[in-house]
Amino acid sequence: MALKYIDEFRDGELARAVLQRLKTRCRDLGPMRFMEICGTHTVSIFRSGLRDLLPPNVELISGPGCPVCVTANGDIDRAIWFAGRPDVIVTTFGDLLRVPGSRSSLLQERGNGADVRMVYASFDAVQIAKENPDKQVVFIGIGFETTAPTVAAAVQMAARDGVDNFSVFSAHKVLPPVMEALLESENLLLDGFLCPGHVTTVIGAKAYQAVAERYRLSCVVTGFEPLDILQGLTLLVEQRAEGKPSVEIQYRRGVTWEGNPTAQKLMAEIFEPADAVWRGLGKIPGSGLALRPQWARFDAARRFDLPPMEGKEDPACRCGDVLRGALRPPQCPLFRKVCTPQNPKGPCMVSSEGTCGAYYRYFRES
Amino acid sequence: MKERTITLDHGSGGRATHELVREVFARAFDNAFLGQMNDSAVLQVPAGRIAMSTDSYVVDPVVFPGGNIGSLAVHGTINDLAMSGARPLYLTAGFVLEEGLSLALLEEIVEAMARAARDAQVAVVAGDTKVVPKGKADKIFINTAGVGVVPEGLELGGQYARPGDVVLINGTIGDHGMAILCTREGIAMEGEIQSDSAALHDLVAELLEACPQVRVLRDPTRGGVATTLNEIARQSEVGIRLFEEALPIRDDVAGACELLGLDPLYVANEGKVLAIVPRSVAEKALDVLRGHPLGRDARLIGEVTDRDPGRVVLCTRIGGHRLLDMLRGEQLPRIC
Repeated sequence: MALKYIDEFRDGELARAVLQRLKTRCRDLGPMRFMEICGTHTVSIFRSGLRDLLPPNVELISGPGCPVCVTANGDIDRAIWFAGRPDVIVTTFGDLLRVPGSRSSLLQERGNGADVRMVYASFDAVQIAKENPDKQVVFIGIGFETTAPTVAAAVQMAARDGVDNFSVFSAHKVLPPVMEALLESENLLLDGFLCPGHVTTVIGAKAYQAVAERYRLSCVVTGFEPLDILQGLTLLVEQRAEGKPSVEIQYRRGVTWEGNPTAQKLMAEIFEPADAVWRGLGKIPGSGLALRPQWARFDAARRFDLPPMEGKEDPACRCGDVLRGALRPPQCPLFRKVCTPQNPKGPCMVSSEGTCGAYYRYFRES
Repeated sequence: MKERTITLDHGSGGRATHELVREVFARAFDNAFLGQMNDSAVLQVPAGRIAMSTDSYVVDPVVFPGGNIGSLAVHGTINDLAMSGARPLYLTAGFVLEEGLSLALLEEIVEAMARAARDAQVAVVAGDTKVVPKGKADKIFINTAGVGVVPEGLELGGQYARPGDVVLINGTIGDHGMAILCTREGIAMEGEIQSDSAALHDLVAELLEACPQVRVLRDPTRGGVATTLNEIARQSEVGIRLFEEALPIRDDVAGACELLGLDPLYVANEGKVLAIVPRSVAEKALDVLRGHPLGRDARLIGEVTDRDPGRVVLCTRIGGHRLLDMLRGEQLPRIC
């Protein structure tokens, strides 16, 4: 596999030229606030040191776009409940292991003897199920529309290969409904969204059309390299200058208006929209994905008769405000003092793409 | 034919143990000290100061492109000695074997170890073997300890970096960690990422001979270049600036890191040395490094300043700055 074309999008000289143009464009405009929804954007912005270089009237707010961070306490508690069943192997993506639930984390439970395994792909979980026919393998499905199709494919694979000891606990989330929920919340004044390139390769830029029209808001689908982000911001600023908010694609090398029909079809075949609880944001109608009734036998919640659980949130933790863009991490009383990546109180600190984690790692207080 | 494996008998101290020691270990490490077969080796040491170090190796997978746990266990401890400027003399080796380990694999590992020691002109003078029941260890764990002699008058240490110094490295960053991870996860890049595992004492000796002004030598193993430089910044109470544009990173390593969401600056190296030297000798030091097979891609990658004491700051390609903190938590499990 060749992975090139990275350097081109990190070219220093070119970036400085684009930045200069952005500054010139911003000169006669008032203050502007843009939200990057996706954690990968947040990290890229920090890693390239972009924030310090932006014109003073451009403010970037980090949104809720880290799927690990938005996983509610209740869902972590449920994952832990599965891990506590006899003869169950819980599999999931790495970052989730450390996320604290109401009382414990999967990592802590693993230390106490639960069989919890980290996988890089959902197919690996099916493989583990094949290798352990006398155990039940539960995959904790988290992530946005980028990962959901792969989990759907894993369910299909399990069905095709007759892997009856594999099931999925779906804590998947979808993006457009949460964007609307954010815009409905008070005090969030935004001029536009820097929309995530990866998710949009699947759902297509058309997914933002309704939001853009209803709220008269710019949505620019943007790639993740520093030059992508600079160009995405330039497009947002230009839309603002012209007073014509719309959906635009900066990340043309990956994203189309329609998205990936195969992935969409796969997702729609296995999953249906469901209400979901987001950490800090509460229940958002239609923002989650549940297995369709015809795939119920692969639904871990049904297979194990999961009891109802109300997650308990730590009252001192301000992750909810951070996820809404209402609070910058250094303004949280726990940040750096009580809450650190080694001892995270909230999910924004746990994930490598969490806003607080990114601030902790990369932000240089001057 | 059934494959021959390690059994609990091999660790009993009885006949099977003796056979294993004689047939595998003593044969591979063959030297006069080991040949004495006493409870301890009695060694000749030159006058002066002795450096001593120990490290345990639990890498998974035990065989990887560019080496195996055996060669790594030799290189790692030699490098720890070399970083204080010592000429390594003797090593010991302790083995914890898991019941059921293939004997052929053990031989392959021990032979690689012996070869690495021979190439480095270091003798493995004492050893120990234990066998634990299946599941109580993962195939094989190795501990090596080593002693070396430090030349008269040489004073290296993480506390000696001064503003105005520069940071050099002898080659590309992140090769070992990504070789391990790609093997473990079955990620196939174009070609194969090779571990950089190598013994650095020879390169270090040449560098110190030509530039006795060298202030700090460190091998950026676990935690990578970023974590090691953070340690130095704290010890010396100075700031360190790294230039992103100058960092030597192979395309395949950069690609694999990108794919897995890792930062090469936090990925382990096993054949790299970070040298902090006064700017006045930087050119000379680079020439010496580049003249050695293990330093062909040597570069100047950063500078020491009096700003931001105790911190490492990366000057990014696009002209921004960001904090490079210590590694938090575990980026890659068990890579050395």
